[in-house]
Amino acid sequence: MTGTGTGTGQRAYRPRMSLWWWARKRSYTLFILRELSSVFVAWFVLFTLLTVWSVARGEERYEQFLDFASNPLVVALNVLALAFLLFHTVTWFNLTPKAMPVKVRGRRVPSTVVIAAQWLGFVVVSAFVVWLVVS
Amino acid sequence: MTTAHDVVLVGGGGAGLRAAIAIAEARPELDVAVVSKVYPMRSHTVSAEGGAAGVIGADDSLDEHIYDTISGSDWLADQDAVEMFVEEAPRELIRLEHWGCPWSREPDGRVAVRPFGGMKKQRTWFAADKTGFHMLHTLFQTSLKYGTIHRYDEWFVTKLVVDDGVIQGVVAIELSTGRIETMTAKAVILATGGCGRVFPFTTNAAIKTGDGMSLAYRAGAPLKDMEFVQYHPTGLPFTGILITEAARAEGGWLLNKDGYRYLQDYDLGKPEPTPVLRSMELGPRDRLSQAFVHEVEEGRAIDTPYGPAVHLDLRHLGAKVIDAKIPFVRELCLKYQNVDPAAELVQVRPVVHYMMGGVHTDIHGATPVKGLYAAGEVACVSINGANRLGSNSLPELLVFGARAGRAAAEYAAGASGPTRAGLRQADDEHRRIWRELRGREPNGNERIADLREQMQHTMEGGAGIYRTGDSLTKAVDTLHEFQGRRDQARIEDHSHTFNTELLTFLELSAMLDVAETIVYSALRREESRGAHQRTDYSARDNDRFLAHSLAHRASDGSCQIRYLPVTITRWPVGERVYGR
Amino acid sequence: MADSITLRVTRYQPEVDDEPRAQDFDVPLRENWVVLDGLNYIKDRLDGTLSYRWSCRMGICGSCGMMVDGEPALTCATFLVDHAPGPIRVEPLANFPVVRDLVVDIGDFLEKLPRVSPWIVRDDDIPVDEGESLQTPEELADYKQYSMCINCMLCYSACPVYGLDPDFIGPAAIALAQRYNLDSRDDGAAKRLDVLIHPDGVWGCTFVGECTTACPKDVDPAGAIQRYKLTAAMETIKSYVSPGGGP
Ligand SMILES: Cc1cc2nc3c(=O)[nH]c(=O)nc-3n(C[C@H](O)[C@H](O)[C@H](O)COP(=O)(O)OP(=O)(O)OC[C@H]3O[C@@H](n4cnc5c(N)ncnc54)[C@H](O)[C@@H]3O)c2cc1C
Ligand code: SF4
Ligand code: FES
Repeated sequence: MTGTGTGTGQRAYRPRMSLWWWARKRSYTLFILRELSSVFVAWFVLFTLLTVWSVARGEERYEQFLDFASNPLVVALNVLALAFLLFHTVTWFNLTPKAMPVKVRGRRVPSTVVIAAQWLGFVVVSAFVVWLVVS
Repeated sequence: MTTAHDVVLVGGGGAGLRAAIAIAEARPELDVAVVSKVYPMRSHTVSAEGGAAGVIGADDSLDEHIYDTISGSDWLADQDAVEMFVEEAPRELIRLEHWGCPWSREPDGRVAVRPFGGMKKQRTWFAADKTGFHMLHTLFQTSLKYGTIHRYDEWFVTKLVVDDGVIQGVVAIELSTGRIETMTAKAVILATGGCGRVFPFTTNAAIKTGDGMSLAYRAGAPLKDMEFVQYHPTGLPFTGILITEAARAEGGWLLNKDGYRYLQDYDLGKPEPTPVLRSMELGPRDRLSQAFVHEVEEGRAIDTPYGPAVHLDLRHLGAKVIDAKIPFVRELCLKYQNVDPAAELVQVRPVVHYMMGGVHTDIHGATPVKGLYAAGEVACVSINGANRLGSNSLPELLVFGARAGRAAAEYAAGASGPTRAGLRQADDEHRRIWRELRGREPNGNERIADLREQMQHTMEGGAGIYRTGDSLTKAVDTLHEFQGRRDQARIEDHSHTFNTELLTFLELSAMLDVAETIVYSALRREESRGAHQRTDYSARDNDRFLAHSLAHRASDGSCQIRYLPVTITRWPVGERVYGR
Repeated sequence: MADSITLRVTRYQPEVDDEPRAQDFDVPLRENWVVLDGLNYIKDRLDGTLSYRWSCRMGICGSCGMMVDGEPALTCATFLVDHAPGPIRVEPLANFPVVRDLVVDIGDFLEKLPRVSPWIVRDDDIPVDEGESLQTPEELADYKQYSMCINCMLCYSACPVYGLDPDFIGPAAIALAQRYNLDSRDDGAAKRLDVLIHPDGVWGCTFVGECTTACPKDVDPAGAIQRYKLTAAMETIKSYVSPGGGP
């Protein structure tokens, strides 16, 4: 079926979004922050690659790298990046039950349970990693 | 400006969309226009809650549905039409199922049915309690597949052009731009819905202003059985929001201020804890609304700021049943009345709900004007007679929408284009609307809202649940005076862009026409039958009035009533018995 | 309780105004009055030239969406008392062109909707004589939520992605596509795939989630979109695994 649309053409007023639209509402701001977090995710990937690369290049390179990594600026950047990464993780976990409604015996599992299960998994994996590093 | 179509549909509600699809399927070569003053999915069909009747159960039969409908109509329905309607209703509902309507289901996957007022068997299909919503969106979305259906959304039809008894097309105004256009057509189908807004307290949406009835009336097609106005027994005071009959079908009780199930005093059966079909709270709407008036007279109603009310008690059903079967009822009570039916009594009162009457058609939807068809609430075939049974209207939209669509398509395929005189008439209408838009010189001084409110109160006072010769005569006189005052209406908005003031004026004009036919028809019918109760003629009079009233508009603008005998086939006139 | 409240209403008439302006009206403040009752009071008693859409006054026709104090809302379901003491800002829905006063142009949505084929697509046609297709209550529950959309456009006006890029097909259209995709009677998922995985389809969404918050009918369009992203990703992987297009 075809429609004869509201043919107001250019007479209608087209409001433009202000540059600061994301500051208008908490949820919009959070959203922009999450968008921003991808930059830090990228930074972490780069940082990890750098680590591996310098380890492979031998002792000296690795020392240099450690110097670089302990630079206060880099530490600050990493702390910030960690915060953003955690933020990203939290929102990602909260989102999963929406993308994947889990059903057990024909009944939909409440989203809180799905989120809790993910955190449980997260804690288990983290504990394992910590154990690997410490021992 | 002029555009040409084969068939123009006025109205994009349930009936209009069903007709459009029927034409697109029957004759894909025809060019169909759907003109609607609101986006089709906003049409009033969207508000229907309870369900749609169609025989499907193994223990049910077509004859029983036919009998329930005929006795419900107080024998004023045409029996050939009812028979055909009952036969085709299940097929139409199945077709809608195939198009995706999310009907509620039994555990084994079959369509579920629920009991409904005045029906002896469970045969009302439902989609929770948003049946009309789901039907309308299913029809709208399905209609999007057909390339031959051309939509004019938010266009308002102001006139049917008829030359020498043959339809020529319509004149319509585009709301967003104020553009006025003649749409020529070989056939026109009216599917503009009802006119509840002529009364002050109604379940009907703002758009239900009887435009189509007025258009047809002015184009020479008579309006049939207009005196039969259905009051629904359970509306929320103030808003008029409907609490569906399904609430009673699921087991709700009506209580007076003493907490007593008063319907037992009105020959409607004995109170049982669980619902009994065709009994007590599941009696027909006219009888329940009339019982309410008596309770008020006896001082047993509850006083509210919005007039007297009684209580609807759903508490014993419990939150679980309410949420599963009638969730929308709970949502409406909570959101619009601030009461929780699972824990509290809900105040309700009768509210104007449905027009049994409408444009006179035969069983193909054809009106006496050649090429003009009507279907849905705007039409009167008649299957509803003096009182419609709940859940018969939604299937009526489908059955007669489809029939009118097919009949109009057949007719249009063999008809010729518009005449010169027709086009001239259309030009006159352009000029009239332009004049209204530009504003009158000098402007009138009657406020549109005042006129509308006074008309509504005149209707309630004169042609409410109970009527008398005196009250009706007075209403006739007052309405006559309003016809004059309408020309003094003040329109301050002269914009061409979405001018809703012009719209309210055009709607008021239509309502005044319709109101006049209601009171005239009611005044002439000197008997009581179904929804038409005269205190001065309290008995049914089959000798004089086993007949449809037809309101014609005479050349001097006055309303004239003639009668047409009811078609009786297999079901001789009997008494309406409920609760036994 | 004060007995009146101010509505600060956006006015815009293209013939005379260059841009929208606000106008104040005092309306009675009553317990059970919604914003729409206030607007009707203005139109009937104070200024007949105010234009806005409404019809059912029961939250089901989807006509009366506007911005109330900056948030998209159905004005027939928004009580005045909840926004007291006012003034209450009543503005046209954000992200849409304004036709006049509180009326916006939603033609864009009506043009997009048919693109997702929002109807039952079947490989075979079932004759009516065969009766209804079976569908269990569980199968019904799979898509029911997405079938509750009243096309009120609140989600579009809450969505910054749509505001920034009007080509984005948008939350309600995607939810309706999912409504049919998940219907046990439908075979059209493949047909809808192309539209949905287009850059203006689901991938346009960056999961703000505001559409779901704004939705008055609990349709959860954001959920529909996220779910579809997963489906779309699987389809893409599948098409790589079996380049021939599968069996
Ligand atoms: C609250 C409520 C609940 C109900 N519940 C039930 C139920 O459970 N079961 C049942 O069987 N029935 C029910 N009914 C009755 C039933 O819903 C209606 O009779 C039916 O929906 C009317 O449909 P329609 O297609 O004739 O008209 P509508 O759906 O009212 O459509 C009218 C169309 O005409 C258009 N139109 C009107 N005038 C013009 C004009 N001048 N120019 C252009 N277009 C115009 C409108 O835009 C609209 O598209 C209910 C009614 C109400 C009010
Ligand atoms: S998804 Fe919700 S908010 Fe969006 S149009 Fe539909 S009902 Fe409105
Ligand atoms: S008026 Fe219909 S949704 Fe508000």
